Amino acid sequence: MPLSTQLQGDDEQYVLVASLDNARNISNILKAIAFKDHAIFNATPNGLRVTVEDSKCLQANAFIQAEIFQEFTIREDLVGFQVNLTVLLDCLNIFGGTTVPGVSTALRMCYKGYGYPLTLFLEEGGVVTVCKINTEEPEEPIDFEFCSTNVINKVILQSESLKEPFSEMDMTSEVLQITMSPSPPYFRLSTFGMAGNAHYDYPKDSDVMELFRCTKTQTNRYKISLLKPSTKALALSCKVSVRTDSRGFLSLQYLVRNDDGQICFVEYYCCPDEEVE
Amino acid sequence: MDCVVTGGNVKVLAKAIHSLSRIGDELYVEPQEDGLALRSVNSSRSAYACFLFAPLFFSRYTIPSGHTFRCKMLIKSVQAVFRSLASLEKTVEKCHIELDKHKDRLTFTLHCKHGLLKTHNLSFQDSESLQAVFDKDSCANVFRAQPRLLVDTVVHFPPSLEEVTLAVSDERMWVRNHVEEDSEQSKAMLTELCLASDEFDHYAVQAHNSITFCLKELRGLLVFAEATGLPISMYFDDPGRYAYPYTVVISDSVLEGDFVLATLSDDPNHRKHNTRRTQTPVPPPPDDFMNDDIDSYLIAMDTSIAQGPSTTCPPTPALAESTHSKEPAAANHRTRKHSEEEEEVAEGETADSGRPPNKKFCSLFFGSVLPSSSQMSTQPVTTQEVLASDSEDDT
Repeated sequence: MPLSTQLQGDDEQYVLVASLDNARNISNILKAIAFKDHAIFNATPNGLRVTVEDSKCLQANAFIQAEIFQEFTIREDLVGFQVNLTVLLDCLNIFGGTTVPGVSTALRMCYKGYGYPLTLFLEEGGVVTVCKINTEEPEEPIDFEFCSTNVINKVILQSESLKEPFSEMDMTSEVLQITMSPSPPYFRLSTFGMAGNAHYDYPKDSDVMELFRCTKTQTNRYKISLLKPSTKALALSCKVSVRTDSRGFLSLQYLVRNDDGQICFVEYYCCPDEEVE
Repeated sequence: MDCVVTGGNVKVLAKAIHSLSRIGDELYVEPQEDGLALRSVNSSRSAYACFLFAPLFFSRYTIPSGHTFRCKMLIKSVQAVFRSLASLEKTVEKCHIELDKHKDRLTFTLHCKHGLLKTHNLSFQDSESLQAVFDKDSCANVFRAQPRLLVDTVVHFPPSLEEVTLAVSDERMWVRNHVEEDSEQSKAMLTELCLASDEFDHYAVQAHNSITFCLKELRGLLVFAEATGLPISMYFDDPGRYAYPYTVVISDSVLEGDFVLATLSDDPNHRKHNTRRTQTPVPPPPDDFMNDDIDSYLIAMDTSIAQGPSTTCPPTPALAESTHSKEPAAANHRTRKHSEEEEEVAEGETADSGRPPNKKFCSLFFGSVLPSSSQMSTQPVTTQEVLASDSEDDT
């Protein structure tokens, strides 16, 4: 491959080198969390975690395991930096995002360490582009302290069934209310807009309900403006798990299959707007 | 009120609502004995549409007993219930419409596949009855055609086109875009199509005339017709008698959609008087005392006094004058009524000045629920000229 032969000599300097034959395997998943300009990158030998946050109430994470990459070399236990996600996505799509089958953009992402830019080598059809994106001091991602032992209610749904309520959500409503209960309506999404209110009910024995584990009735409201961006992750995914803990914090986990059928995860955490019992 | 729509009829209901949204912003809902009426009217009251769904359209149809229930709501809110038409067909098994009077809410519940339930509780306002007065059965010109014919005709006109003129003779119908009198003739593009009478399922012309109406408002019906494949009937009358609305009807055994559009008279003799400047017939200048139509002149003087806010008009040539002054002759018994309506309309007109062309269509007459047989006209001002045409004088 032209890229690796050209640049092997430089490898010694990089603390992180990650290569993909198809850049879409990373750009698609990053688009699902790109509701803000800045993203925090954290790489460990397990893979890459990209975090985007909004007003300290919402956090989205994309996880791309090391196995997804054709090459993933890391020289430290933890490599962290912050970049402008919009710029990064523009670079990843620099060849115009062609959807012609068989043609893809190859990516080699390299980072020398603190203070150095993130270097991207992109190649398509023999043409190579080099992008250097300035990095910033990485902020510490918020720890929402969401642990599975604290989970009160959990459901796993087929993403297809949730696409409609999320994409058609009444944006004149300030909140999205989620009710989860061992008794009817079991799982309900509600909005309270100018014209009236709307409810989407999913019975526990529905075909689309892959897992239903609700122990206690909980109704929580979340700012609709914070949750609306998760619609992108929903669109990419095939399954979604919805969990709430004792504080009413919401965890949405999306199972995404990339172009090559490999699995990646996207996760959203959201604080409740107010507690409604 | 408690109605249930099942299967494919849910999509038909949704399409009807989308059609009505092309007319006005509000949906008037009235459950009647003979079915559920959904109506809409545009802001200038020059276009009205009503879909009546017979009880057989529903798998359950129960209306509130006692006093009649009527309400109106924002049509956008109802459209939100039926947003994705494509998925409606695939996923919705039935739609339940229920009135919860205590909470002032009309509840639309969609029962979908996989046990999913979508409930929309929409708020509404009580409303007066919305019923345009029109009597299509007495129209001089009646046509019926497959929707394909009209859809294929309309496709030749740009979506932004407002006004279209239909001219009919015994054998043919011409459809062309209406170009403003005062617009640059050299810059205007004229498109004209001709349809032969045998392309229609039914073609009956008693009066050779032409009408101009707003096409935009009709497009909603055409989309509905194309989707349902139901034939379209059209009715219009001789503008010489009343300035009649153009009525388009689509129906089958369980539903009927009526679209009533106000028309502009397109008769060349009257065209001058259809501009905003000229709203009333002009009394002839003193010289015309020598004219044969001295009687008509006196009557014209009468009517000009009876009228409300008439505007001054430039004097017109004697010949054209004589035609116009004849008009009030047969109609002077109506002048008082029309002066009242004229005031209404004139107010509407001045308020609407500067708005897009279709605002010069006068308001349709909205009367009581029971249509009165005598009063069926719509545009007092422009009809001042057309009320009594030459043909009427001859009879």
